[in-house]
Amino acid sequence: MTYQAPVREIEFMLNKVVGLDQINSLPGFEEATEDLVGAILEESSKFCGEVLAPLNRVGDVQGSVWSEDGVTTPDGWQDAYQQFCENGWGALSFPTQYGGQGLPMSVSAAVQEMWHASNMSFGLCPLLTQGAVDALHHHASDELKDIYISKMVEGTWTGTMNLTEPQAGTDLAAVRTSAEPDGDHYRIKGQKIYITYGEHDLSENIVHLVLARLPDAPPGVKGISLFVVPKFLVNADGSIGERNDVKCVSIEHKLGINASPTCVMSYGDNDGAIGYLVGKEHHGLMYMFTMMNQARHAVGVEGYAIASGAYQKALQYAKDREQGKTLLGKSEDDQGIINHPDVRRLLMSMRSGIDAMRGLSLECAASFDKAASHPDQTQREFFQRRGELLTPLVKGWSTEFGLALCSSGVQIHGGMGFVEETGAAQYYRDARITTIYEGTTAIQANDLIGRKTARDGGQGMSELIADIRVTIDELGKSNRVELQVIARNLASAVDALEETTQWMLEQENAVLPAAGSVDYLMMGGRTVGGWLMARSALAATGITDDTEFAEAQIALARFFAEHELPIVDAGRQLVIEGGESTVSVPVHML
Amino acid sequence: MKVLVAVKRVLDYNVKARVKADKSGIELANVKMSMNPFDEIAIEEALRIKEAGKAEEVIAVSIGPSQSQETIRTALAMGADRGILIETDDEVQPLAVAKLLKHVAEKEEPGLLIVGKQAIDDDANQTGQMYSAITGWPQATFASKVEFEGDGLKVTREVDSGLESIQVAMPAVITTDLRLNEPRYAKLPNIMKAKKKPLEVIALADTGVSIETGLKTVEVNEPEEREAGIIVKSVDELVDRLRNEAKVI
Repeated sequence: MTYQAPVREIEFMLNKVVGLDQINSLPGFEEATEDLVGAILEESSKFCGEVLAPLNRVGDVQGSVWSEDGVTTPDGWQDAYQQFCENGWGALSFPTQYGGQGLPMSVSAAVQEMWHASNMSFGLCPLLTQGAVDALHHHASDELKDIYISKMVEGTWTGTMNLTEPQAGTDLAAVRTSAEPDGDHYRIKGQKIYITYGEHDLSENIVHLVLARLPDAPPGVKGISLFVVPKFLVNADGSIGERNDVKCVSIEHKLGINASPTCVMSYGDNDGAIGYLVGKEHHGLMYMFTMMNQARHAVGVEGYAIASGAYQKALQYAKDREQGKTLLGKSEDDQGIINHPDVRRLLMSMRSGIDAMRGLSLECAASFDKAASHPDQTQREFFQRRGELLTPLVKGWSTEFGLALCSSGVQIHGGMGFVEETGAAQYYRDARITTIYEGTTAIQANDLIGRKTARDGGQGMSELIADIRVTIDELGKSNRVELQVIARNLASAVDALEETTQWMLEQENAVLPAAGSVDYLMMGGRTVGGWLMARSALAATGITDDTEFAEAQIALARFFAEHELPIVDAGRQLVIEGGESTVSVPVHML
Repeated sequence: MKVLVAVKRVLDYNVKARVKADKSGIELANVKMSMNPFDEIAIEEALRIKEAGKAEEVIAVSIGPSQSQETIRTALAMGADRGILIETDDEVQPLAVAKLLKHVAEKEEPGLLIVGKQAIDDDANQTGQMYSAITGWPQATFASKVEFEGDGLKVTREVDSGLESIQVAMPAVITTDLRLNEPRYAKLPNIMKAKKKPLEVIALADTGVSIETGLKTVEVNEPEEREAGIIVKSVDELVDRLRNEAKVI
């Protein structure tokens, strides 16, 4: 069985829990009705299931291959990419002026889940292009936009982000790549590493966005500028011109995402690669940060998407595989290992966890949609704050949790999970990168406690906590025992989150909050995930035409409340009391 | 020339069909429904004919409940120009479908009607043939290739003995086989445009066509479960079992 997108679950979360009606009532998003979004999700599901999913294993086994002449993607990749572009999937959320469809980010996130669940290595290419388009759209001159954006929206040209250098990973202040002014352009020289789809055979041109320093640049992060460096220079009429002085000198051998070429890029081995300045000098890092939220959100989507692929595989295996007499099987023919309570626990934690992460991610995207389009200024600011607060949770929690769930997927397969041919291991290996790139989990946690919590004195967090308590009150009005349980556990989680936030804000020394930051991030992710599941249970009580589906949603929300939310309570203790022992042992004793 | 294509909303081909508890039919509540795969091929063929400049308009027609509009929208997203739904919640047998299509064709005057050779829910494989009988149009069934020749069509048909080529005059009815073409995916911009394409909904009563066919579904049952196979030790044992157990020789 290949991947089949859970369209019904995605639609329910987007339409009924997060509330598509609150988005398509905003100016600019009127077209995004339930009908239209439903048709888009259906067609996307078909495309991802039939075209991208069958290439997932091929991509893993063959991988992309480097040679002097360039990088060759696996069999079938070129054809799939061409179909992907022809069908317009890359253009979904881009502005209509460049040939995009201008659909909300929340709809785009729902669709992108399917790319990554069916084939994450493939999905990375359009994801990177999207990031590059965002950067150009917000910061480049009209001249640059006119040359590059439409082609990138079409997918005829793809985009890359060149930040990292061997000595400059998380710390971009150490970037050394240089840019010398040369007439109306610049000459770029230096080496960049970890460049996803830096070289490939899918598109006619590759548009690199490169961080580099001008000769007079101040040291550190304030001296970094952003440049467009195309693989092939573009003629005045928009056609492809000469080869630029940039090449891929090797690709990495990795733990996962083997089909996605991770390139070492060398700029300016000869005369210097021709590059064009984006925006103003020395503002490069700031430009990168404006789209960081979107890029991080996109990786968070990968986190649960890939867990969703792993879940489908594990579920199928658990139904088919028979081992021993089960406690839950109803007859002799009903002895799949799915009927062992512990296998059921693993599957429930996968399924409810994926739903919770999807809810969080769509909620976050919907916040950005409202921030972009709400007619009221105060509301726009409120939702911008909310979106920014939720982003590190989407990225940090969904990738860590997603990875753990992919591990559960392997576990359900038993020995066969450790064997590559089942495909369970590939999800686990592919997922492993998501907690690292686009800012490691620690960076997300740092962002959460610093920029997103301490900077506004906890305002965004207390607004969030207040909203969660409104839901708890609503749950309390229900006479269903499941909803009471959810209310109780969510209330205790939110109390723990509030108390820990307060403790964070009170610390004068940065060491203890930093030591507990990742645990704090997980508390936040679980609590907000639990909130979305609680809202899902409430929405499910309103379903009258499909009680089986409704009851399943309520049971999943209860499972999450009973299995994940109690960990938030423990998190409080971990964060508040656990910092001292984390840092007290001297380095030479480790 | 107009091309009329019939599209049916059926249980999605990925869904395992379950018989209703009262055996009155298949459980269709809260299960995924989509366009009959043979009808996707029919739409694709019509679009290719239009793209080759042989037709001006492709009209997708469906007969069924209000939700069949979604199926028509799918056809519109693939590229059909407009849709017509004859709305009814009653079970419609092939003969009634043929009569209703005739009703539409009398108004639209298409040069071609393309239908799937069968729908995957009832596997009737009758509508195209019945349409031909009641209208007198030539029929080209199980088509695996359609070519324009002179004023008519040359159609390659998949028959038991291989491939058969026939010539038909137009207007004609074609029923599609699996190998006729590979249907396209709907492009995102076309999905968005499909919303704005015209879709006319006609109440069954307004057609004046009776859907009575004299057939009634009495009971629907699950097929008998297949028993596990065995390995026989010798040819003699095989012959013995075929003769005495299976009673086929």
